[in-house]
Amino acid sequence: MIEGLAESVNRDAALVRRGRYVDTTFLLDLGESVHLVRIVAGRIMAVTPAPPLMPEFSFALRASRETWVRFWQPKPAPGYTDLFALQRRRLLRIEGDLHPFMANLFYFKGVLAAPRALGGRR
Amino acid sequence: MNPQFEPIAGRYLQLELLGRPHRLYVEEAGQGIPLLCMHTAGSDTRQYRGLMNDRRITDAYRVIAFDMPWHGKSSPPAGWQDEEYRLTARDYVTMILTVSDALKLERPVAMGCSIGGRVMLHLALEHPERFRAIIGLQASAHTEPYYDLDWLHRPDVHGGEVCAGVISGLVGPEAPPAERWETLWHYMQSGPGVFKGDLYFYKFDGDIRDRVGRIDTRRCPLFLLTGEYDYSCAPDDTRAVVERVPGAQFTLMQGLGHFPMSEHPARFIEFLLPVLEKIRALPGGR
Repeated sequence: MIEGLAESVNRDAALVRRGRYVDTTFLLDLGESVHLVRIVAGRIMAVTPAPPLMPEFSFALRASRETWVRFWQPKPAPGYTDLFALQRRRLLRIEGDLHPFMANLFYFKGVLAAPRALGGRR
Repeated sequence: MNPQFEPIAGRYLQLELLGRPHRLYVEEAGQGIPLLCMHTAGSDTRQYRGLMNDRRITDAYRVIAFDMPWHGKSSPPAGWQDEEYRLTARDYVTMILTVSDALKLERPVAMGCSIGGRVMLHLALEHPERFRAIIGLQASAHTEPYYDLDWLHRPDVHGGEVCAGVISGLVGPEAPPAERWETLWHYMQSGPGVFKGDLYFYKFDGDIRDRVGRIDTRRCPLFLLTGEYDYSCAPDDTRAVVERVPGAQFTLMQGLGHFPMSEHPARFIEFLLPVLEKIRALPGGR
């Protein structure tokens, strides 16, 4: 899913517009791999492996591989539909400088849900 | 599309509430058994637009809803600018009884969702004689905080955006897009700090776990309906209440989330109609 993240976000004009003031790098921990997602003006410019030492980012989203697989189903089961659903069940950790995340919550929920449109392929 | 008025009528009610003058917006539709409806935290009476526009409901029920103080078109009380709004269980219960009296409702059916569902449990426990039946939507005895509520009210984060962003995932996946975004719009319009102030009741002061088992449904029938996709009040949270309250009747609403009457009125009404039929059939129900 991570391979399709940038494309699925950048082709969604309404989502990009919603994030037009977002300029940050966040860390996405998928359990089996950890990535840095660089965003400029709402568009994902790069998704790169996070360096094992001293990664720089604003906030981090961390969950297990199994959780992300369930979250990215085209029709997720109850309890896996939303980032806050995962957090409520302690399946997701949201850490770091949360201001960019919370000030643009609609946008980041959209970014993380975008891979669902890829149809559950991995 | 021909212009047409909906059958909903809205008025402003001036009354003394919680020791202070208030101006509340009240709207209603229909005739028959009074059905007093309470909206969710940080929202307003528009959540009940589907019910008030459905003759299957309004032919037998007089559906009434009011915007709580600080919400919708109801103003906060004078002096609000120097206060922090926090909804307590005592004030919430008093408010509902006071408005019911002011409207001269005789043993209405009470229905509420989320914080409104929680306060239904308080009413069922403390004032069962005042209602002919009580309906709790998305009702639990307690909800642990699962995010930092301070984000809901601070000058460097847009309150409307963040409040709607926080609750957006609580809408069920089958909600029609127009109804979903109407529901979110109500949250986007909420005043600064109001949603957070309501959650003081939902996540702290309204905790009724130690007393919920004392609800006596022989004194007032209790119906609890919960949407399948709600993770704030999940179906198991309502089932936990039902297990402790003999006679409480539970309905799982498949496909729905935390705002059933607003996110998908048509689907919700299919679940509600059998409950309203049961209430009409109660001894002295009509």
